[in-house]
Amino acid sequence: MNAPSLTPADLALAAALVLASAGLSLLLDFRIHRPMVVASLRMVAQLLLVGQVLRIVFRIGHPIVTLAVLAVMAAAVVYEVGARPERRLAGLWHYMAGGLPTVVCGFAIVVLALLTALSPSPWYDARVAIPLAGIILGNVMNAVSLALNVFFSAAVRERGAIEARLALGATKGQALHGVSTQALRTALIPTINQMAAAGIITLPGIMTGQLLAGMDPIGAAKYQILLMGLMLSGSFAGALLALKLAATRLTDDRHRLRLDRLRPRG
Amino acid sequence: MTLLLDVRDLHGLPGGPFAFHLEAGECLVISGPSGIGKSLLLRMIADLDPNEGVLQLEGQTRAEMSAPAWRARVSYLAAESGWWAETVIEHMAPRMAAAPLLSRLGLRPDILEAPVSQLSSGERQRLSLIRALIRNPRVLLLDEPTSALDPGSTTLVEALIAERRAAGMGAIIVSHNPEQAARIATRRFAMTAGQLTELAGP
Repeated sequence: MNAPSLTPADLALAAALVLASAGLSLLLDFRIHRPMVVASLRMVAQLLLVGQVLRIVFRIGHPIVTLAVLAVMAAAVVYEVGARPERRLAGLWHYMAGGLPTVVCGFAIVVLALLTALSPSPWYDARVAIPLAGIILGNVMNAVSLALNVFFSAAVRERGAIEARLALGATKGQALHGVSTQALRTALIPTINQMAAAGIITLPGIMTGQLLAGMDPIGAAKYQILLMGLMLSGSFAGALLALKLAATRLTDDRHRLRLDRLRPRG
Repeated sequence: MTLLLDVRDLHGLPGGPFAFHLEAGECLVISGPSGIGKSLLLRMIADLDPNEGVLQLEGQTRAEMSAPAWRARVSYLAAESGWWAETVIEHMAPRMAAAPLLSRLGLRPDILEAPVSQLSSGERQRLSLIRALIRNPRVLLLDEPTSALDPGSTTLVEALIAERRAAGMGAIIVSHNPEQAARIATRRFAMTAGQLTELAGP
């Protein structure tokens, strides 16, 4: 399968459309032109850089190099998942609660898929492992940060209700169950919606990419099905573990709600 | 009289050390300026905030009981009640036990089916008392339990608490109302910065 190669003129078209949008925003005083242009420049630089790096990594093909790339991705995910919630746990727990579940559950799913369904040769082939890790980690990260965001804000907002249960003899698990349920559902809604809409409202990203690259539609659909399953289970496991860690830190062994361990962002 | 709750060397956020005891059927009333830490003192007794001290309920120390087991026997009612489900009945366990208490506090019988969001603050305050009483605690820690009530409802609440005390329950009540304190207290305490002083006479 050979994807049609894009010329500089093709990319210039994309640039012209962005500039036209920014110009229109300026003209109509919507003040979104700056973020548009800045994000576009960032995206171009990042993607070209990553393209170059991957070209080199694929050419070397050594597992250590692949591992190094995955380690950088893991570090970026830990940073990013921590940067998102409106409130955060104090100290290192902040990275524990969000980063650890994302990395552990994300990579567990990636390795499982590499060893079974995808089984490239060798199994750690950078050409499969790196893009797979990217899409899975991204998805798990979204789920985990949504889960933590809802969990922390709901725990603060519903403090009275949580403590009323504790005060009557409920365990911390019982008292936090409502808040945890809200958080887990919110975390999975984007992935569930994506699955429900897949093929009818939108063609999912992976499938679109493979169709553009010339793959058979049924083959592309099978890939998408596999990836959706990996994303949903990874997100569920990641969010579950993150909520468990967050609940552990937000309470103590005497079943108290410890909101004093939360900090506002910044 | 039998000793119900014994508090020794209790300290934490509102200061301390605090030491006092509560006998079965007693009602201690604590008063003092706003913000001095009366609610925090009750929360410490219920072990809802970090604290240190030796507390015993009927001879059993708090440290050797799980926190949920302690709070099921020594229950704290916040001044502003918290609700975790949609309708009133979902908060009541056992469910059937709540019904007979409604009329005692001047509440309509169908209020159990009502959504919590439609209740007045006075209704919530009385229902949160019922919610705690049907779990049969040995000690009730009440933070201004009648602040949202008219004099008639206040009398009903005081009568119900007195009835439970006659059956052996103990109560520690934070109240800003000196007449109420005079009516219900077996002993009265004044809280000043980090200290509790017993006042002479009931």
